[in-house]
Amino acid sequence: MAEGSLINEELRKMIGVPSEPIVFKIEEGAIQRYAQAIGDPNPLFNDIENAGKNKHGRLICPPGFTGWPMKGGISFIQLVESLVKAGAPPRLLDGGVEFEFLEPIGAGDVLTATTKIANMVERETKMGKTMFTKVETTFLNQNGDVALKSWSTMIQF
Amino acid sequence: MSKQLYYEDVQAGAEITPLAKIATTRMLVQWAGASGDFNPLHYEDDFAKAMGVGAPIVHGALKRAWLGQLMTDWIGEKGVLKKLSCQYRGMDYPRKMQTIEEAHEGETWWCKGTVTKKYDEGGEHLVECVIWVENGKGEKTTPGAAIVALPSKDDK
Repeated sequence: MAEGSLINEELRKMIGVPSEPIVFKIEEGAIQRYAQAIGDPNPLFNDIENAGKNKHGRLICPPGFTGWPMKGGISFIQLVESLVKAGAPPRLLDGGVEFEFLEPIGAGDVLTATTKIANMVERETKMGKTMFTKVETTFLNQNGDVALKSWSTMIQF
Repeated sequence: MSKQLYYEDVQAGAEITPLAKIATTRMLVQWAGASGDFNPLHYEDDFAKAMGVGAPIVHGALKRAWLGQLMTDWIGEKGVLKKLSCQYRGMDYPRKMQTIEEAHEGETWWCKGTVTKKYDEGGEHLVECVIWVENGKGEKTTPGAAIVALPSKDDK
């Protein structure tokens, strides 16, 4: 194991395969609790009572609300487990994320999220042989528009 | 909320209004519940040690959310955040609790950023920035980037 590549044939086959779409509705209470957990008092994310009067007409999600590791309902734990089962190292760190925001996302919106592994690379780090997996998720809104794209990097070692 | 920022107000090299943040173990529990990230790496000592980080660490996604706040505070209600990215390079450790509500004294983090360029594209006034979270020692544990669209004073 120490000599060979971490990324075996079974792992390679998982690249690019889209997940089953996950559909979920954005709840205003969840948005508010998320904003509170950030410590972000912005009324756009907190003021349920007056949300109808803002320019979006509804409570808006702080950036990243639907992203890794959360509301997408995408089970990253499941994804990680399937990677480990296929031979990836078991220890996991969140490497980082990139978001492209295309449409506002807010309370009452219904999103459909599809996830796929965009790529896998292997590098030697201070943790030893380390695998970097980039996971791409596309979120469509109820109008069929792409509202958000995200790319998360999982680090396994 | 601060007053509206306009495209004309920013130039390359300009500083984004910094945002101070603290993280406590209590806040990490709150974040776990709100974000759905229940990884014990963020609340269990033995597990964090076994994972090689020494002690429970601040969620990368919480630091990312701080950077989101840095940007949405700065651009104001008429600004639009188009892109946000960051990398979780360094571990950050929360302040421990002294009472149910109050944490011990400890580290304060600063979210900061600088404008790198501005340009018009596709009818939008875009501004690119480098952003980061800095720990109490001044180390950038969470570097990132953002692109925003700002209103122009000429649009009115």
